[in-house]
Amino acid sequence: MENKVIYEKDLNLEATELRLGLPGTKKPEKQAPPSLKTSNKRALPDMNEESGSGNNSSVSDDGKSDRETAPAPKAQVVGWPPVRSFRKSCFQPKKTEAEEGRVYLKVSMDGAPYLRKIDLKVYKGYPELLKALEEMFKFSVGQYSEREGYNGSEYAPTYEDKDGDWMLVGDVPWDMFISSCKRLRIMKGSEARGLGCFL
Amino acid sequence: MNYFPDEVLEHVFDFLTSHRDRNAVSLVCKSWFKVEKWSRHRVFVGNCYAISPERLIARFPRVRALTLKGKPHFADFNLVPHDWGGFVYPWIEAMAKSNIGLEELRLKRMVVSNEGLELLARSFVNFKSLVLISCEGFTTDGLAAVAANCRFLRELDLQENEVEDRKGQWLSCFPDSCTSLVSLNFACLKGEVNLTALERLVARCPNLKSLRLNRAVPLDALQRILMLAPQLEDLGTGSYVHDPDTETYNKLISTFQKCRSIRSMSGFLEVSPLCLPAIYPICSNLTSLNLSYAPGIHGDELIKLIHHCRKLQRLWILDCIGDKGLGVVASTCKELQELRVFPSDPFGVGNAAVTEKGLVAISFGCPKLHSLLYFCQQVTNAALITVAKNCPNFTRFRLCILDATKADPVTMQPLDEGFGAIVQSCKDLRRLSLSGLLTDRVFLYIGMYAEQLEMLSIAFAGDSDKGMLYVLNGCKKLRKLEIRDSPFGNEALLTDVGKYETMRSLWMSSCEVTLGGCKVLAEKMPRINVEIINEYDQMEFGFDDRQKVDKMFLYRTLVGPRKDAPHFVWTL
Repeated sequence: MENKVIYEKDLNLEATELRLGLPGTKKPEKQAPPSLKTSNKRALPDMNEESGSGNNSSVSDDGKSDRETAPAPKAQVVGWPPVRSFRKSCFQPKKTEAEEGRVYLKVSMDGAPYLRKIDLKVYKGYPELLKALEEMFKFSVGQYSEREGYNGSEYAPTYEDKDGDWMLVGDVPWDMFISSCKRLRIMKGSEARGLGCFL
Repeated sequence: MNYFPDEVLEHVFDFLTSHRDRNAVSLVCKSWFKVEKWSRHRVFVGNCYAISPERLIARFPRVRALTLKGKPHFADFNLVPHDWGGFVYPWIEAMAKSNIGLEELRLKRMVVSNEGLELLARSFVNFKSLVLISCEGFTTDGLAAVAANCRFLRELDLQENEVEDRKGQWLSCFPDSCTSLVSLNFACLKGEVNLTALERLVARCPNLKSLRLNRAVPLDALQRILMLAPQLEDLGTGSYVHDPDTETYNKLISTFQKCRSIRSMSGFLEVSPLCLPAIYPICSNLTSLNLSYAPGIHGDELIKLIHHCRKLQRLWILDCIGDKGLGVVASTCKELQELRVFPSDPFGVGNAAVTEKGLVAISFGCPKLHSLLYFCQQVTNAALITVAKNCPNFTRFRLCILDATKADPVTMQPLDEGFGAIVQSCKDLRRLSLSGLLTDRVFLYIGMYAEQLEMLSIAFAGDSDKGMLYVLNGCKKLRKLEIRDSPFGNEALLTDVGKYETMRSLWMSSCEVTLGGCKVLAEKMPRINVEIINEYDQMEFGFDDRQKVDKMFLYRTLVGPRKDAPHFVWTL
């Protein structure tokens, strides 16, 4: 690792430099190369790799831009950072929710004796969701079209949105659907067919 | 030498408040020893295993206020197994049996049981003050016993304890006749509280100066409580969440305007930032502010708040304040003496918004700063050198870089020079915690310059035994040394064994010390307990002296190996 000579001149580090020899003796040798790899102390898992990566490129004042690259996921070291367990336990609940991000929803089917629960986050889009529902409740959902809803089936998958309205599954983009869907209901029979005619 | 009657000596000794002064006085001659012994009311025991309750009572029979500390400091960070020890029950039992007139008990990192609290409440008629810090082992039932039985209770202060909340009615157990409370802090309790009982308690305690509520106390209850106690000087809010467009919030605003005595605030365990303006009128008088448990406040909102706090002397805050926010602190809080910046992400995954820049700004703006705890993303030698120059008055300096072995990000050098500048400049430094990439050189500096250092914390630092030896040889006033994950071994441990009798304790974990080395030490020093803590490899205990010791804790003691050690602790 080369020395950043330019930086030292700017800050006039010599003026505040610590010297350990007797007055009048030569400057003691200053650098040991940063012993990232040669130290015989117990290495932290994954931690040493970060300090060498990508920071040589800029001596900019904006330290923040150097840190943009997301740190590699580190192994958790017991007791580091040294924060009291009590404090950690106060912050913990929020973190797990964000980390897991599961969205469990109830799914009911007309005529079925009990409801089911699914995790919406598991599916990447409507086709996967519908297929899972078909398998779960042993029915067929038919063909979706924007104009007519689900053709060729007695059933219609619907959902209750944030405003409490029952909507047909499939009309809005998937992401919007995930964030607004509160529960699912697979309607059957005349009720289902009625959806298309109401407009 | 007895020119004065004992009463006169005793009267003179009354003016000595520090333990060290009183200890010194008792060494002068036999009659001074006797007078001092019978007039000593306040006793401090830094390690509960250094002395036994019986011997303490024999030595200071008139003790009224006792402070006890139990587990080693690293227990705070889960490095000490749960049942290691530190039980307070034997102390309470012994004092009860000897009819000690105990009035105050202050415990840190100890195991407290409900039985202990019940015995305490029943045994000491004049009991006035219970302060528990980082303790565990009790439930709210124990608190109920204290509330019900301590008729003259003035202070019940629970700080960061792990308390099992039985959701009982412990607050209702304060009898109607209890009107003596001056300080009540139950912020660390997680469960529901009987709000009516709380309000009635506050209403009948006219001397209540300090009140810290828990999360279960909502904002409307806070408003009613403040109306009942406008004389409060220290307030910890509970849940500070509300819709600002309401009658309740408006009432709160005018209530806060009536609280002219509040000098210290904390809490905000849940926050609606839009409700913060209600406290702006109080901010101008605040000398102490703790927002370190308030994760919901963003940097900009913190900055707006800080602008009102010109008299602040102590500030505890989360790193979401950012370097920019610390700049605002620097230009606003000219009286600042103590600053603690905690990580908003205590699992260290690295969203920290503060770097050395914030610290440098503070050092320029706050010349009275003497106590620092700073969790940050990175630090440079240049910054530390600047801080050292600007703030030569540090007595406590604890720097924690979240990536424990991170070098100076600009020069890629170790941080030896930076910390060296701190110890050289701050001649009164008593406590120091290091982090970042560090070689033996930093310890050379510490040994040379840190003449007043009493406590040193080392993690992931150093290259060889020389590092530890520099410290042991150089720091004459060292009392507590705690080291983890550093390459110090038997040579460092054994070169000067006499040193450990001048210290309270030494902790070494994940270092290079072997079982054989520890055995040699224990053999040479009979008045030191050398404990090997070995949670996992119990079967291999003691068979191979070359085996490295995972955790070692040694401390001076007058009473030999303790009898309450669990099976995984082996005193050599």
